[in-house]
Amino acid sequence: MTPFKTLTSRAVVLAADDVDTDQIIPARFLKGTAKTGLAAHLFADWRTQPGFPLLGTPDTSGAQILITGINFGCGSSREHAPWALVDYGFRAIIARSFADIFKENATKNGLLPIALPAAACSQIERVVNAQASTQLHVDLASERVSLPDGTSFTFPIDPFAKHCLLGGLDELGYILAFSERITAYEQR
Amino acid sequence: MKRTLFDKIWDAHVVAEEAGRPAVLYVDLHLVHEVTSPQAFAGLAARGLPVRRPERTVATMDHSIPTTKLVVVDDAARAQLRRLADNCAKHSITLYDTESHQQGIVHVIGPELGLTQPGMTIVCGDSHTSTHGAFGALAFGIGTSEVEHVLASQCLLQRKPKTLEVRFEGELPAGASAKDLVLAMIAELGVGGATGHVIEYTGPAIRALDMEGRMTVCNMSIEAGARAGMIAPDETTFAWLAGRPHAPQGAAFAKAVAGWCELHTDDGAQFDRTLVIDASQLAPMITFGTNPGMGIPITSAVPSPDDAEPAQRNALAKALRYMGLQPGEPLLGRPIDVVFIGSCTNARLTDMRVAANVMRGNKVAAGVRVLVVPGSKDVKRAAEAEGLDQVFRDAGAEWRDPGCSMCIAMNGDAIEPGQYAVSTSNRNFEGRQGRGGRTFLASPATAAAAAITGRITDVRTLMPTTGGER
Repeated sequence: MTPFKTLTSRAVVLAADDVDTDQIIPARFLKGTAKTGLAAHLFADWRTQPGFPLLGTPDTSGAQILITGINFGCGSSREHAPWALVDYGFRAIIARSFADIFKENATKNGLLPIALPAAACSQIERVVNAQASTQLHVDLASERVSLPDGTSFTFPIDPFAKHCLLGGLDELGYILAFSERITAYEQR
Repeated sequence: MKRTLFDKIWDAHVVAEEAGRPAVLYVDLHLVHEVTSPQAFAGLAARGLPVRRPERTVATMDHSIPTTKLVVVDDAARAQLRRLADNCAKHSITLYDTESHQQGIVHVIGPELGLTQPGMTIVCGDSHTSTHGAFGALAFGIGTSEVEHVLASQCLLQRKPKTLEVRFEGELPAGASAKDLVLAMIAELGVGGATGHVIEYTGPAIRALDMEGRMTVCNMSIEAGARAGMIAPDETTFAWLAGRPHAPQGAAFAKAVAGWCELHTDDGAQFDRTLVIDASQLAPMITFGTNPGMGIPITSAVPSPDDAEPAQRNALAKALRYMGLQPGEPLLGRPIDVVFIGSCTNARLTDMRVAANVMRGNKVAAGVRVLVVPGSKDVKRAAEAEGLDQVFRDAGAEWRDPGCSMCIAMNGDAIEPGQYAVSTSNRNFEGRQGRGGRTFLASPATAAAAAITGRITDVRTLMPTTGGER
């Protein structure tokens, strides 16, 4: 996993709540056997609609931060959702809240879920909407996301998820270090 | 220390827990299907790791398989199915493939085979794993990275969730079913309302449900954001499990039951939250929007965004645009194009019976396509032994082979853009049942009623003497 320490990037706003993983990547694109190559299918049924803010416009190309609403990533457990977001180039998502399984899947793929209160989200959205070239700065170590004028917001992150993201570590190594305990558990 | 049902199962499965770290939680049963496992097996191969406990791992083919004698929908699906077969053969994992007489939807066959048992931890790369909680198991969906973790270690890293008791007081009235009960709960909580929580369903209306109904309720826990839903096991549970192929047999079963009887929330144990719903006030439910929280009693009018909380106005307006519905219009009487009776939510024998009872002696309305897809080969055989297939065929419905089918529309079973479907499945997200398709979620009785009238129909008006069941 690519470590996540800091990120400075433009952002795009997807002004919707309860964005489900069927929208992030529709089920008909889940027939592959690889984790890569899914960028083409990200928001496949939304990105063809006029005015969809996210993809393929000069304003948004290169943006690595997605700003969205409440309960992002609800529904299916498909890890293809974060794979598609990462494959497209996103490294962080700012939202009011995240669905549980999506959040777990995201951190395992170096995609940082940043949950902020409504007021903070609105303020960031306003700034980005006013000027698409706005660069946001994310610092995971200090758990802060900042606007160019220096305004910053702290976000909560599970300490272990943070540890893994900062170090680019994957959880399986941690689990396997308990092999003897697992064997002992099985032999009770 | 008074403990909840969840606490008891959690405590019994913690292998290790370091300060500031998630718990290492042991997994008793790992269910696998073709869509969310290939990358996990590839990861294992890349690390040169074996599957730690193949005998605790069980696989089935369900998501992308055809439900007719026709061939697999495309080369990608075929390759993915072949990959599952190869991975299972390589790692000595039992696979219920399409040739198996016990194949079916993963959340139907687990319980059916007696693999699902009270007190277990059960995971699967599928969000509807919550279904198995109906037996008093802690069961939840995981991502593919976690599938790899479980294959390699038989463990998962988990942060302890909060607990939410949803207590259904009273008795479900005639015509209302387990599906209506859970749709009403999701409408109350919202699609994210139970995020971070495990739900325990309690109360007399839950106790009165058969196991199939309990599975329907637990299945949709995820649609309120809860990863797991559970119901304490009782005599209904034990009677359902007795004699199942993988359940303990004979004296071992009696001994197991004695242990399972301890699996209940202690008097005085505290939940983090409690929600009380009066089941006696519930009516058949139907969704009108694009997430399962957008549900109303079938006799109600489509809500208006103007009446909604400010934060929900835009979402509601967007959903109504997608669905082609006007605020304030009734849903009853609205023409529909497709009816789908199936999925891990409602494709068990009792669901088939309820639908057949409504359709018996009737014809499918002109121009309506009706798919009835049993949840497993066992369900299919049992339904055919009762002649239910003939009821459906005589009515003009298609009687299919088991699979996820039109719930997820990966296998070629899909509705057309703009079409309306009444579906017994679990998700009405945009395009879920086919690109541009529009879904009304409802119970098997309500779906069957729509099949014969061609319109959204209150099943109670069709069955004035007996009422609908479930």
